[in-house]
Amino acid sequence: MAIGNKTRDNLWTLITAPTIWGVHFLLCYGSVAYGCAPNENIFQTISGFRIFVGGLTAVALAAIGFVFMRALGEWRRNGGRIPHEEDSIEVRERFLEFSTVLLAGLSFIAVIYTALPAAMMVDCR
Amino acid sequence: MSDATLDQSATRWAGKSDGEKAQADLNFGNVPPASERDQDDPEVRAGQEARLRHVWAEPKGWRYWSAVNNTEVGLWYTATSFAFMLFAGVLGLMMRVQLSAPDNDFLTASFYNQVYTLHGTVMMFLFAVPVFEAVAIILLPQMLGARDLPFPRLSAFGYWCFLIGGIFVCGSIFFGAAPEGGWFMYPPLTTQERFSPGYGADIWLLGLSFIEVASIAAAVELIVGTLKCRPPGMRLNLMPLYAWYVLVVAGMILFAFPPLIAGDILFELERLFNWPFFDPERGGDPMLWQHLFWIFGHPEVYIVFLPAIALLAMIIPTFARRPIVGYSFIVLAAVGTGFLSFGLWVHHMFATGLPAISLGFFSAASEAVAIPTAVQIFVFLATLLAGRVIYSVPMLFVSGALAIFVIGGLTGVMVALAPFDWQAHDTYFVVAHLHYVLLGGMLFPVVAGVYYYWPMMGGRRLSDKLGKIAFWLMFVGFNTAFLPMHWSGLIGMPRRVWTYPADIGLELPNLISSIGAFVFAAGFVTVVWDVLRPRKGEPYAERNTWNAGTLEWLAEVPDEAWGVRSVPIVSSRYPLWQQKNFMADVDMGRYYMPDAEEGMRETMVTSVLDAEPVQCLRVPGPTFMTFWAAIFLGAVFILATFHLWTLTLITAVFAVGAILVWLWRGTAMQPEKAEKDVGLGLKLPLYASGPKSVGWWAMFITMTGDATAFISLIFGYFFYFTVSPVFPPPMMAGEEIGPGVLWPLVALALFAASWLTAILARNTNSKGAVGTARLLMGCGVLLSLAASAAILWGPYVTGLIPTVHVYPATVWVLAIWTACHGAAGALMLAYCLARSLAGRMTPTHDIDIVNVALYWHFMAGTALVTVATIALFPLAV
Repeated sequence: MAIGNKTRDNLWTLITAPTIWGVHFLLCYGSVAYGCAPNENIFQTISGFRIFVGGLTAVALAAIGFVFMRALGEWRRNGGRIPHEEDSIEVRERFLEFSTVLLAGLSFIAVIYTALPAAMMVDCR
Repeated sequence: MSDATLDQSATRWAGKSDGEKAQADLNFGNVPPASERDQDDPEVRAGQEARLRHVWAEPKGWRYWSAVNNTEVGLWYTATSFAFMLFAGVLGLMMRVQLSAPDNDFLTASFYNQVYTLHGTVMMFLFAVPVFEAVAIILLPQMLGARDLPFPRLSAFGYWCFLIGGIFVCGSIFFGAAPEGGWFMYPPLTTQERFSPGYGADIWLLGLSFIEVASIAAAVELIVGTLKCRPPGMRLNLMPLYAWYVLVVAGMILFAFPPLIAGDILFELERLFNWPFFDPERGGDPMLWQHLFWIFGHPEVYIVFLPAIALLAMIIPTFARRPIVGYSFIVLAAVGTGFLSFGLWVHHMFATGLPAISLGFFSAASEAVAIPTAVQIFVFLATLLAGRVIYSVPMLFVSGALAIFVIGGLTGVMVALAPFDWQAHDTYFVVAHLHYVLLGGMLFPVVAGVYYYWPMMGGRRLSDKLGKIAFWLMFVGFNTAFLPMHWSGLIGMPRRVWTYPADIGLELPNLISSIGAFVFAAGFVTVVWDVLRPRKGEPYAERNTWNAGTLEWLAEVPDEAWGVRSVPIVSSRYPLWQQKNFMADVDMGRYYMPDAEEGMRETMVTSVLDAEPVQCLRVPGPTFMTFWAAIFLGAVFILATFHLWTLTLITAVFAVGAILVWLWRGTAMQPEKAEKDVGLGLKLPLYASGPKSVGWWAMFITMTGDATAFISLIFGYFFYFTVSPVFPPPMMAGEEIGPGVLWPLVALALFAASWLTAILARNTNSKGAVGTARLLMGCGVLLSLAASAAILWGPYVTGLIPTVHVYPATVWVLAIWTACHGAAGALMLAYCLARSLAGRMTPTHDIDIVNVALYWHFMAGTALVTVATIALFPLAV
């Protein structure tokens, strides 16, 4: 998506960060649910899955961080002011970049939230 | 006369009532191009207005019901959903009467079950979601300066589906046959005849499945409308916030409703044919229903909440007298909530015994969603603080909504914590929480919207005095009714009980709740009276009565059917505030499309990011075909409920026939010329196919929803694989069971071949080799029918019996799903062949085959995943 340091933003780049959150969330939940199913031995440890979730979280945070820095950098280079209410392609581009920054920030926090249970729980209870 | 006008018999009829001479005076077809007209000449404008008025006139007499224009359909839709709401409100009051005293016998236990089941079901499926679609169908085109949405007949079809399904579900209670299982249905309680005899659960399932069709139709319409029908210049950063919310919510519907449809299919197969999806004795698991239902059910809360908040985002700037503070933050909140709301569903399942770490993920996401939700509340508060607030009835309801919603949100943060939820689960605490969220987040904003937008729809303002009385009755009544429920819930009063014993401290909170409910109802009746009371003598409200800044307030008073007099060029977020002379220029027809030169209904299609004009879209006019299609489709669902299989099949054929006639006569029309002058020196094409056309996007979006339902069924397969000790199960020692490998692979090869023929047919047709294209389409029909037969033949010859165990049932469901889609694909190719033979599809006018080829991409994916799952996956494990 990123070509050099100049991306043409659109609705797909806008939702990249929350989509990464979604994939991360599904893989975290899916892997642990698979690991614990059929949930008969509740004291079974899940160390392997916790490591998997940890690695996945690092990858997801790095990807979201990249989206965040890319959008923030371009927004700043394009003038970096709010509001984005003028009638031009440049301002529309800046608006999408700024909204991408906000969504990436939210997704970053949400990924950390998602990872916390795996940091704290050790078995299938 | 062209096909389009032939089909618009109702419009012609409307024309005749003005007299044949009037028709001739309109001069259709002989009008000079728009760019050459002098808009300052009053006579020119009068002629244009007469033509527009004639073209967009609602049909007269009984043909009024053939109308498809967004103003009529939206109004019916809104009125119907409010009627269902009042019905469900009465059911709610009956519950409160029953619970007002201990050991009451006002209702029997069974009837109480029906009452609360319908109360929840109707409020959610027949009011909260449809009223969003209804209001959006009215408001969205107005806000976007469009004449209509791109698929007016689809809106009408959706409405009729909604009406028929709604009456069917609600009517059941008058025969004592309403569902009794709660709005969540609780299999296996409701899947097995011995626990729930009668038709109640079937009525719930089939009636609601039918209504879900209407919701998905509306979602398709609204997504394409928001992305492609904005006025020139309305870039993404200038879109009204309401449009952002509509886009997000329609997208959510597309991913939230299909899992429920998949769940409904499994549920109904179990009820009708004893396929054991939720029967643990035969390998099934009720937890699958819980997952599928709540994957729908939780996003649905936000599907209900966001559009209502969107109304606040329109109302607050008007009364704060300033643009919204933090536009991008609202976009963040809408999109962010849209995503996060899909990670919350298991918080409805905290008490089902899932591992704590699974609960933890969902608890974390449930807390995280509070961030974007709170962001929008703060944006509203900031806008109010930064502006000079004008106090008015809509603002009263807005402030009430914020107060109530925030309380509901705080208890939401509490019950999102699993340990707290275990204490409060299934008690009246949860009832209180969900009513605070839904009434504060949805009903109060909607009533604010009624007071705000009524001058636009009804021409007159509602009474300030009655509005204030209604607000205080509703606000005080609501809190009196629902605040004590937190208390009764924590004492331990469970939900869904028809009565309770005396002397355990529940009498007083319940009595207070019941009194509050009636006070609240009195307030709502005041609103209804204010809307319905005759006000013949009262003067019309002035145009743009609240002095708002957005395009919907261009609407004339009394309203004109044409939507906007001319399609404006937008260069700001609040054009009526920020663009000089804007309303006058629109009224003088100084922008695009000030005329209906050929007597056709037209609206403008623009590009997604920057709204550059790309097409002048002809939209179809009134028809009864959508009505008949909905009647027959409704009959299919209703007759299936009562197991009348022959009649079901016959009506299914009629339904397909009605839809084909509708498509044949009303879609992919060939215009009489390639392009048209729309004014200001701009010429736009009248026909577009492929990704440039709205139809292609509608197909893409519909198939995305369809693919979501399919993935939900696939999820079912892997869910059973995960929870079963051995899956596929060994039926007899040493014997493999399954659909085999041979026939599924044959089916896959045949599906791949028909996919290729569809693509080649599209390509050869566009190159002009019409004969080859026709041959390919014919071959495609045969190939896809053979493929559908082959995919069913596999489980048939290997003797998989679906009633024995959940494994064969799951395989059969996937095979049947794929075969049905293959048959639909064959029908589509046959339709294209017929269009080509009839000369309605040509190398240059090829919308049909391009869209069908797009369908076949999805079809090929479906076949591949099905075969990989049912035939190849068991080999790998």
